[in-house]
Amino acid sequence: MTALYLESLEGLTRLRGVAGAMVVSADDGLVVAESLMEGIPGDAVAALAASLMRRMGTTVSAAGFSRPSFMHLQAARGALLVVPAGPDILLIAIGDRHINLGLARIEMLQAAEQLG
Amino acid sequence: MRALEPWVEQPLMTFLTESEARLTLLMTSAGQVVAQHGFTRAVDIMSAAALGAAIVSSTEEMARVLGVRPFRALTHQGESHGIFLSAFETPRGRWIGLVVYGQDTSLGLVQLFFDRMVDELTQGVPAEGGTKQVLAQDFESELHSSLRALFGR
Repeated sequence: MTALYLESLEGLTRLRGVAGAMVVSADDGLVVAESLMEGIPGDAVAALAASLMRRMGTTVSAAGFSRPSFMHLQAARGALLVVPAGPDILLIAIGDRHINLGLARIEMLQAAEQLG
Repeated sequence: MRALEPWVEQPLMTFLTESEARLTLLMTSAGQVVAQHGFTRAVDIMSAAALGAAIVSSTEEMARVLGVRPFRALTHQGESHGIFLSAFETPRGRWIGLVVYGQDTSLGLVQLFFDRMVDELTQGVPAEGGTKQVLAQDFESELHSSLRALFGR
């Protein structure tokens, strides 16, 4: 299973502008597998992104929709993308300002389908 | 939140706010309580401190037997609550943090902000003073005095 995770992460990190990708436990916010550029605090991003996704899920459910299927957080110098890969796992990508968001989104959704 | 030493308050308060932990106990490796949040009864603090210190001591001994470095943290994930227990070095000696968290937060967040609190505590230790060593003959009076301070009574 870990090989499958790593394969998916490597596929994502090959994309232009993707500085790192992680498979994270949705409930705990702990890193399951990661492929990150040096200097990215994986543990912190995993914990905070999982928390954000959980709160988003609560918000979206309260609005009467299903659970979120894709989260895109755009910041001044990059973007954070999160996709649930099954009920327990999140696929997270960290992009810099050169990321091709459309391509990254397609790749992430495909990878999430494989992992889920 | 109550702390025996004022410099512990701000790092602990930040941790509590960020991690959304329900109960937190900071103690020395001997089980002497330094700060607490969320406990309402002295007897619970005494039990939790004694058990926490004993668990850390047991796991450290287990690591020694196995020939590995001491475990960094110990977690127990229950159905509705989780327990996080971790020992760390401070200029005042080895301390232990015991955190109980609910479903509104996660182990990852607790661990992340706990590590930050440890950094802040380590950097914020005043040069003077120190956690007083409790001698056996003073133990009971020191314990009662600490508990009075921790509960503001």
